[in-house]
Amino acid sequence: MHWRMKAVERVSVTINGAEYSHEVEPRTLLVNYIREQAGLTGTNIGCDTSSCGACTVHLNGESVKSCTLLAVQADGEDILTIEGLADGERLHPMQESFRECHALQCGYCTPGMVMAAVSLLKENPSPSEREVRLGLEGNLCRCTGYHNIVKAVLHCAAGASATNGGAQ
Amino acid sequence: MTTRLIGASVPRSEDRRILDGAGVFIDDIEPAGCLHVAMVRSTCANGRIRRVDATPARAAPGVVAVYTADDLGELGRRNLPLLIPNPALTEPRTQFLLAFEYVHFVGEAVAMVVAESRYAAEDAAGLVEVDYTEFPAVVGPLNAFHSKERAHVDMNTNVAAHFVQEHGDTEAAFEGATRVLEREFMVERSAATPIECRGVVAIPEQTGQLLVYDSSQAPSTIRAGLSTYLGVAEHEVEVVAPDVGGGFGVKLPVFYPEEILVPWAARRLGAPVKFVEDRSEHFVASNHERAQWHRVKVGYEEDGRICGLVDEFIHDAGAYCPYGIIIPIVTASRLPGPYKIPAYGSEMHVVYTNTVPVTPYRGAGMPQGAFVMERVIDLIARDLGVDRAEVRRRNFIAPDEFPYVVGLMDEDGTTTTYDSGDYPRGFEKLLESIGHAGFPAEQAAALAEGRRIGIGFGCYVEGTGCGPYEGARIHVETTGKVFVSTGIATQGQSHCTILSQIVADVLGVALDDVVVKTGDTRQFKWATGTFASRIAVVAGSAVAEAALLVKEKAAEIAARIFEASTADVAFEDGDVFVKGSPDVRIPLRQVAVLANPLRYAFSSEALAATQFVGDGERAKAPPPSEVAPGLEATAYASPEFATFASGAHAAVVEVDVETGAVRILRYSVVHDCGRMINPAVVEGQVHGGTAQGIGGALYERICYDEEGQLKNANFMDFLVPYASEIPEICVEHTETPSPLNPLGVKGVGEAGCISAAPAVIGAIEDALGVEITSSPLSPEMVAGLAAGSAGGEAAGSFAARGGVGQSRGETDGA
Amino acid sequence: MIPAAFDYIRATSADEAIAALAEHGDDAKLLAGGHSLLPLMRFRLARPAVVVDIGRLNDLKYIRDEGDHVAIGALTRHRDVETSEVVAAKVGLLGEVTSHVGDPQVRHRGTIGGAVAHGDPASDIPSALIALGAVLVAAGPSGSREISVDDFFAGFLETALSPEEVLTEVRIPATDGAWGFEKFNRRAQDWAIVGCSAAVRADAGVGVALVNMHPTPIRAGATEAALAGGAGAAQAAEVAAEGCDPTEDLNASVEYRQHLARVLTRRALEAAGL
Repeated sequence: MHWRMKAVERVSVTINGAEYSHEVEPRTLLVNYIREQAGLTGTNIGCDTSSCGACTVHLNGESVKSCTLLAVQADGEDILTIEGLADGERLHPMQESFRECHALQCGYCTPGMVMAAVSLLKENPSPSEREVRLGLEGNLCRCTGYHNIVKAVLHCAAGASATNGGAQ
Repeated sequence: MTTRLIGASVPRSEDRRILDGAGVFIDDIEPAGCLHVAMVRSTCANGRIRRVDATPARAAPGVVAVYTADDLGELGRRNLPLLIPNPALTEPRTQFLLAFEYVHFVGEAVAMVVAESRYAAEDAAGLVEVDYTEFPAVVGPLNAFHSKERAHVDMNTNVAAHFVQEHGDTEAAFEGATRVLEREFMVERSAATPIECRGVVAIPEQTGQLLVYDSSQAPSTIRAGLSTYLGVAEHEVEVVAPDVGGGFGVKLPVFYPEEILVPWAARRLGAPVKFVEDRSEHFVASNHERAQWHRVKVGYEEDGRICGLVDEFIHDAGAYCPYGIIIPIVTASRLPGPYKIPAYGSEMHVVYTNTVPVTPYRGAGMPQGAFVMERVIDLIARDLGVDRAEVRRRNFIAPDEFPYVVGLMDEDGTTTTYDSGDYPRGFEKLLESIGHAGFPAEQAAALAEGRRIGIGFGCYVEGTGCGPYEGARIHVETTGKVFVSTGIATQGQSHCTILSQIVADVLGVALDDVVVKTGDTRQFKWATGTFASRIAVVAGSAVAEAALLVKEKAAEIAARIFEASTADVAFEDGDVFVKGSPDVRIPLRQVAVLANPLRYAFSSEALAATQFVGDGERAKAPPPSEVAPGLEATAYASPEFATFASGAHAAVVEVDVETGAVRILRYSVVHDCGRMINPAVVEGQVHGGTAQGIGGALYERICYDEEGQLKNANFMDFLVPYASEIPEICVEHTETPSPLNPLGVKGVGEAGCISAAPAVIGAIEDALGVEITSSPLSPEMVAGLAAGSAGGEAAGSFAARGGVGQSRGETDGA
Repeated sequence: MIPAAFDYIRATSADEAIAALAEHGDDAKLLAGGHSLLPLMRFRLARPAVVVDIGRLNDLKYIRDEGDHVAIGALTRHRDVETSEVVAAKVGLLGEVTSHVGDPQVRHRGTIGGAVAHGDPASDIPSALIALGAVLVAAGPSGSREISVDDFFAGFLETALSPEEVLTEVRIPATDGAWGFEKFNRRAQDWAIVGCSAAVRADAGVGVALVNMHPTPIRAGATEAALAGGAGAAQAAEVAAEGCDPTEDLNASVEYRQHLARVLTRRALEAAGL
């Protein structure tokens, strides 16, 4: 047989522009790889059923739940996490919109929510309020009642945050 | 000062770190060489442990230790604390760190695996074999009250507590009433489910100290408990709550076994040990709330005014009662809400069941009481054919009747007494907001199109800001930063922002120059904890007092420098100056330097404070011996009585009578938490609580089967609503300051969740013209109610069942 | 909640995957997007000894307009189906149904082949394929074969695929007929409590299929027959639950499911202009 079978697999990925390469057990979940091997703990874990979206990152530019991918599935791919979103000191417009609209409280869902929201606007740059709510149907928040999160996404889509042109 | 910060919706100081992914939550703490824990949990709801075999697990790869109760020695034979005893709690039961003889709920900790990784720990946990002799499980409050089976086989009853209270003469009230109505109500079990689960990381330090990170709402209490249970001197253990991803009560210091076991193991193994729950585990290992059955008798006049009310209720305590009977006490004392009930009687039965223990979840007994009371008001309206808003108006406590004595025991042991409020004003504002006046026409127009819409209301009074105390220390650093430390822990409530606003206002400094540190016993040892919507009131008052003390001290030092009177010293933009001479000013940080007599001139500014600076300055430099060095002060606030916030919710819903789907078309809240420190923060609290309340009305229900197995222990089946289910929430305010604290503030943390269910369910009731007495409602139940109301049989037999998933045993019995 | 350990094989071609399956038999599981398998593995309800990752078989990611039908490679993601103009124009029902699967993150990873091969009666996509009369193409050690969607779903989480076969393509007859899809759930992203797909097909027949009404995805045969016999939507929908054997769960009793099947079928038929 020409395939390989072994207890560990090498995973090489680009995360936020940096190269990472580690040997991991095949069962290693991508979220554990990002948090433990790559040491990027901004991405959180909130459930075991792909329900809460706290672990949302971008894989090749699209939102995915990193708890429902094996690290080996992401081998060779490009990953963006919450740590890679800001441009240095300058927050990404979505992050800025969340800040301006009071769209976070405990902040545990926030990294995943922001990543989901950024992906949503890539696919639908001018969503309606209902489309925002449906577009975030994969992310749970227990603090905000979503009210200000929806407001923040619409605020960002309107280009109204301090870092995407709007006056604060 | 140019702008007042108290009352302004300033952006949060907490946000930047979190938005960058730089928040440090419990699972982010991973010291070098950290070992990981996986717990072995009971799969049996009620039974005797015959055998625990950890041998195969001990031999598994990566395993460092497996502990059962027998490995804990004396510690393993000691019950976890009964935190809040009460004379009425005659049969208190708390659990052991690890079960060793009996188990009383599925999820109870039986063994602990410590391994080199969580992956290895989970693998080994699956190898621990536990055999049980199973006893019948007792599930559901009514069932527990009537069943012959025992949740604790060593007891001859399931009743843990029985408590009867009366304020006024209810018997006489019923005799005088022209109408009397009796009903039974059921509120089902639910859970807080913050998005972050619980966790503990314990680090034995080289100094011999034990440093414990705990995602707790009260680290100072955890520290005291650890000292007691581990037999470690208090100064040898410090507890820090890092960023905590939501609490809502479930992270109260009820002393979950892992909170003691993990530090115990870390000391024993001499290595950092970490435990973080996963979600499925959270559902069976972290506490629940809500389940209560009520039977109410209410007497009232033809105009709808209530003359007397008696409520007998059964509260499901779950398997243990570490938090005493606080929740049912709150239910009893808060049930009357904003209504004047001249004679009120309450009888509670607290029962054990073989389910996860019940301790406070946001609202802590208030949502159950409000559900019952608001349903009663709606039933009276229905009986009399009077508008439901009008019946509420006729029963409100009037604005000139405060302080108003409700009469029953409050959670802090005092007699429940409302401090201030203006319930009619808030309610009229709500009616305006939701469009009550035009609603009958709107409803008729919808009906003409075949659409069933309805409106519902829920009023509440929220007990907030209870004692015993909180404290804070404020230290103006020589950098100009104002460092505030307080023992309270924070889980997203924006405490750092609002406390900064208070301090910045008092000291005339920029908001960004105030740094607030919470929940770290290394910084501030004395605290009660974060619960009962008490931080703005209690910690806010302490912080305000400490800031005033700092200001006084700074004024004295500045007065000496300026050779002016302390009363004339002004504070603005980080500077001090004498009123009338704003051009001659010195920075507050310079005052801070001068407040601390120095031997060493470590900077040019410090030189001014050294002993050898010439020309009589020395005489000024040392403060009088009774004054401590540094621009620093500590203060405590110990409110004798709670403050009572209030408000009302209104919902307009549309019901799909065929499927039972409920869509919320409009939602309004008017809340009154006294003087607001930050309106955006207040609104955020109300939004979030309301979403939890809507969840409690339509989605969230913990389901046990007859064997005591939890059937929906995950986020796929326990239906926390997403953005797609929650409507826009319109929040408005009234401000009736509290006379009990200098800031005039009241709490807001639990406001949103208390009366969402009565509003939503009242609206469904209105849309369908039926009577609804339980919460939550599933679409199947709504479809059944709709079919019943139409007198049709389209929905078939499910209509009569009221839907599957009712707690078994809850439809029979009393 | 971590999967039990397994050996990992990354297939670089369908043949390689088939060979791996042939060698490991029941011990092996195919991993496509992973959104059905990984949750089961995390709960250790599935403990395959070998996971064969076919996620990189890029030659099975396509949507082709083949004139009388649309051919979709098994590894085509939901997101690509949902946004495909070919799908919208020629098998519009499938695009709509796919847009209701899970949430955006799930649709970025989940594949049509994975959803179909899992054989889950609660999955939305099989209902569209049944209503539209799709054909499934499987490749095995002895070559390729076509399986009618009506023969594909064999039992609860069981399909007609043999252990060494890989689903490679889904072929859906083109139609410009009207269609309707009704999904009833409690939260937007949830699995359907009950769902109904209805499509007017090119042969002028009407296909109707139900979600979560039976141990397998199921055709609403009685309703189709009633429609063929000239019944209107309301009348045909009355028999929607006939022949179905739904289960009770936390969200619905059997009777409520049957009731929903009738209501949703009527609505789907009405949306399809019937």
